[in-house]
Amino acid sequence: MAKVKVYVTFKDGVLDPQGKTVKNALDKMGYKNIEEVRIGKFIELETKNGAGPSLKKEIDEICDKLLANPNIEQYRFEIE
Amino acid sequence: MIKFGVITFPGSNCDKDCLWAVKDVLGHKADFIWHEDGKIMKYDVIIIAGGFSYGDYLRAGSIARFAPVMEGIQGFAAKKNKYIIGICNGFQILLEAGLLPGAMLTNSSLKFICKYVNLTAENGTSPFTNMIPKGRVLRMPIAHQEGNYFCDDKALNSLIKSGRVAFRYSSPSGKPSAESNPNGALYNIAGITNKAGNVLGMMPHPERSMIKELGSEDGRLIFESVVNYIKKS
Repeated sequence: MAKVKVYVTFKDGVLDPQGKTVKNALDKMGYKNIEEVRIGKFIELETKNGAGPSLKKEIDEICDKLLANPNIEQYRFEIE
Repeated sequence: MIKFGVITFPGSNCDKDCLWAVKDVLGHKADFIWHEDGKIMKYDVIIIAGGFSYGDYLRAGSIARFAPVMEGIQGFAAKKNKYIIGICNGFQILLEAGLLPGAMLTNSSLKFICKYVNLTAENGTSPFTNMIPKGRVLRMPIAHQEGNYFCDDKALNSLIKSGRVAFRYSSPSGKPSAESNPNGALYNIAGITNKAGNVLGMMPHPERSMIKELGSEDGRLIFESVVNYIKKS
């Protein structure tokens, strides 16, 4: 069994209304040091088989097809 | 006789309104199509209705695009004289399926917005807008949280140049402006068509504006346009 941690975030240049709202809240709370907030998704996958050589390709495929929308999002993942 | 098919996904909630709009109000033949059904070629126009297909988990429309009926939709869209109208969640599904370019972001206000908006039709000759008189401002309701249309500059230029921006949010006098943009959509886009011109995606609900008792009859123009287009071709 392997554990895969997938991080999906907005591409640069794509407006993130949630991040913007959280940034405004932090401003109001007095955290002036925070320049920007971007909110993404964290997805955990567990595999049946261990981390073999084909796993990376499989996760790429899953991300491209379903977990991320390439029009607005990018992803990266870690295999444990 | 022109035949409409209205797709029902688990979580669709505008399918009955769509069927009512084309069958009861306009008098056409129309059936529901279950999301597990693949037999759709007998229809002339497929409506992908609004709602929250599969709970809209992950991203609105992202799971629905893998439903069995969507395999047939790709082939349906590639055929001549077959037309697809995706409304609200239906538009989101068409984007996720790659049948239309771009993606939906959360409304700039982060809120679910349910209200009447004004729209201008940018192209008076498309299959879905040919019955809309030039300069006519349409009034229709929107009801969504992810209607903030986004695409890259190249895709936007291509949409504009090829006359594929179907509808834009506008002022009551027909001027697209920042104030009249309810959700932050790029270029005030409320609806677009595909390259071949036979697939329309739009966020406003024509099926909810079919009789004057509902506040507007303008939704008829979209269904009447596609019927008129099929009859003429």
